[in-house]
Amino acid sequence: MLEQEAGPPIIRFRGLEKSFGDLHVLRGIDLDIPEGQCVSIIGASGSGKSTLLRVLMTLEHPTGGRVEVEGESLYTMKRNGEEVPANRAHIRRIRRKICMVFQHFNLFPHMKVLRNVTEAPIHVLGLSREEANQRGRSYLEMVGLSDKVDAYPAQLSGGQKQRVAIARALAMQPKIMLFDEITSALDPELVGGILDLLREIKQQGDMTMLIVTHEMKFARDSSDRVLFVDEGVILEDSDPQQMFTNPEHERTRRFLDTVLSEQA
Amino acid sequence: MEWDWALTWEILPELARAFRVTVAATIIGFSMALVGGLVLTILRRSPFRIISWPANFIVEFVRSTPLLVQLYFFYFVFPVEIPDMGGIFTSAFITGVLALALHYSSYTSEVYRAGIDAVPKGQWEAAAALNMSGGRTWTSVILPQAIPPILPALGNYLIAMFKDTPLLYAITVVELLTTAYQIGSARFQYVEAFTIVGVLFLIVSLMSAWLIRRMERWTALPSH
Amino acid sequence: MPPFLEFLIATFPMLWRGLVITIQLALGGIALAIVMSLAAGLGKMSKIPPLRWLCIAYIEVFRGTSALVQLFWFYFVLPFFGVSITEFQAGVLVLGLNAGSYGAEVVRGAIQAVPRGQYEAAIALNFTPMQRLWRIIVPQAVVSMLPPMGTIFIELLKNTALAALITLNELTFVAKQIRDDTQRTTEVFLAVLVMYFAVALCITAVMRTAEWWLSRGLDRGGVR
Ligand SMILES: Nc1ncnc2c1ncn2[C@@H]1O[C@H](COP(=O)(O)OP(=O)(O)O)[C@@H](O)[C@H]1O
Ligand SMILES: [Mg+2]
Repeated sequence: MLEQEAGPPIIRFRGLEKSFGDLHVLRGIDLDIPEGQCVSIIGASGSGKSTLLRVLMTLEHPTGGRVEVEGESLYTMKRNGEEVPANRAHIRRIRRKICMVFQHFNLFPHMKVLRNVTEAPIHVLGLSREEANQRGRSYLEMVGLSDKVDAYPAQLSGGQKQRVAIARALAMQPKIMLFDEITSALDPELVGGILDLLREIKQQGDMTMLIVTHEMKFARDSSDRVLFVDEGVILEDSDPQQMFTNPEHERTRRFLDTVLSEQA
Repeated sequence: MEWDWALTWEILPELARAFRVTVAATIIGFSMALVGGLVLTILRRSPFRIISWPANFIVEFVRSTPLLVQLYFFYFVFPVEIPDMGGIFTSAFITGVLALALHYSSYTSEVYRAGIDAVPKGQWEAAAALNMSGGRTWTSVILPQAIPPILPALGNYLIAMFKDTPLLYAITVVELLTTAYQIGSARFQYVEAFTIVGVLFLIVSLMSAWLIRRMERWTALPSH
Repeated sequence: MPPFLEFLIATFPMLWRGLVITIQLALGGIALAIVMSLAAGLGKMSKIPPLRWLCIAYIEVFRGTSALVQLFWFYFVLPFFGVSITEFQAGVLVLGLNAGSYGAEVVRGAIQAVPRGQYEAAIALNFTPMQRLWRIIVPQAVVSMLPPMGTIFIELLKNTALAALITLNELTFVAKQIRDDTQRTTEVFLAVLVMYFAVALCITAVMRTAEWWLSRGLDRGGVR
């Protein structure tokens, strides 16, 4: 196991469960993630990786267990000393610390690129239009799209769309960023650029990053920690060197053998 | 305001008789519209512009102008004069049904067109390759494929025409609404008569809409 | 000058006044129809059951009964409940409520057709539910609402003629009066049909322009 820093973890799952009807997708997830860590999540398709991120983003609500962000429960709150289901305001207040980038970008097609990035800072964070534009332009510059501020999403390539989506999330300046297979919908030659961008984001700050990915080289070389999810549980949780050179479980080894031979 | 049940029972038989006129107008009018729409569709597909263009214009024009004005136009300009047979088939009734039929031909024509356009081009080519005549291509290849998917849309226009029959009131046809109006103004008690008429329409429409939804399931072609 | 032209020029001022009222009726009805379409279309998707039932009841009642019956009901029956409204008010109310019941289904369909990912991105960016709806979802849905809404507005325009039957002096009513006074049916009704057709073309042109304007930059086919 990884050495944990002092202080409460920024994300804590305890006995997290999620079912869709009869389908038991998450089967008891226990996990602590310290602030600033960059965590890669790997595992076979259908093992529950996306669901794990989506529960944290409140896109799916858990059917059991507990989610805490900076020591505060996400889905419950205290009222008169009692623990009750969280209301909307509570969820929104905590959700403010988290943002997510999707496999299929989900840009707003009716807004130009700059407005895609500034809309939420203005109407959710309450920035003035000038502040938001300034912030938006600087993040678009960071992702290399300064010349596209006035384009509509439909006029961009897949790689450019994903860069806008990343800038849009960064502009919210969240403490936690979730990336769900953000290179899987891209042409192979565009993947490298997006992964470089992830590395740059990691270098720049103290953001906590959870990255679901099939890019094993990235997971091995660029993350602080790797989780292997298998059939709704975290089967293996270790530093990248250990995971890729000497995995504890046979299933992990088999998964890595298959994927690495494909990607070789 | 109290609902008058005695009046309700008293006027129901009269309204039921008038309802037959409404139903007759719908059935006759819609049968004619089914044929009229087909004729218009065939004219619109004519390779000769002198035929297709006027047919297109008629469909657009009729569809974009009020049925009521069209009813007046028929009633005053081309009235159908037949000897009074004492039944529901009065001159005004026939005139009105013709106007309804023309109006709805423009809708059914659009529906047929959509159905025909949805038949893949390869079907025409296959028919040509088999050396079928034009008429045979239509009757044994195109229409059998084009019609089933459009039956629900036609059904919806049948309901729409049913709901438009009260306009025959304007040209003195004694259908449901006219009867209700006569009852109401004779006793100065409109609430019951008009409400019953509304409920009758609602019941028939809801039932037909339900039937059409069932039909949508039968007519969905397996491979599409 | 040919006599029919002379006749039309002589009657034009009267027809024009009727046309103005028709257009006012249509615009009032369209405004109400837009409000009702959005309210009932969104309400039908609400998580609050009584609100949802209310919207379903409204939609089914107004789609299931005839526009003319609705008009007579509002005009003749409402006074018995102590509510008196003018012919014009009854017209706008019924036109708007009637078209709104059809528009509600258009709104609902268009909103449900917005891809799920758009809701999810809006949640990830922490927009409130109201912001999600009005800033993200509705602006995208509007583009696909416009063509079917255009059809509904043309039906509404055609239905304005029904107000003639509750003696509102709009275009059809004026035409009927001129005909009764002069017996020159063909000229009057043809002129009136052309006027309705022209207004319908204007509605279509406005809707097309709006659609073009709103869909700039939108690529409706690709991945978003
Ligand atoms: N909304 C949903 N409704 C029903 N089943 C779902 C839903 N979302 C995901 N699942 C199922 O949950 C399982 C895990 O899905 P997911 O978390 O997306 O896996 P991964 O991202 O690891 O490929 C899959 O079997 C998937 O079909
Ligand atoms: Mg996934």
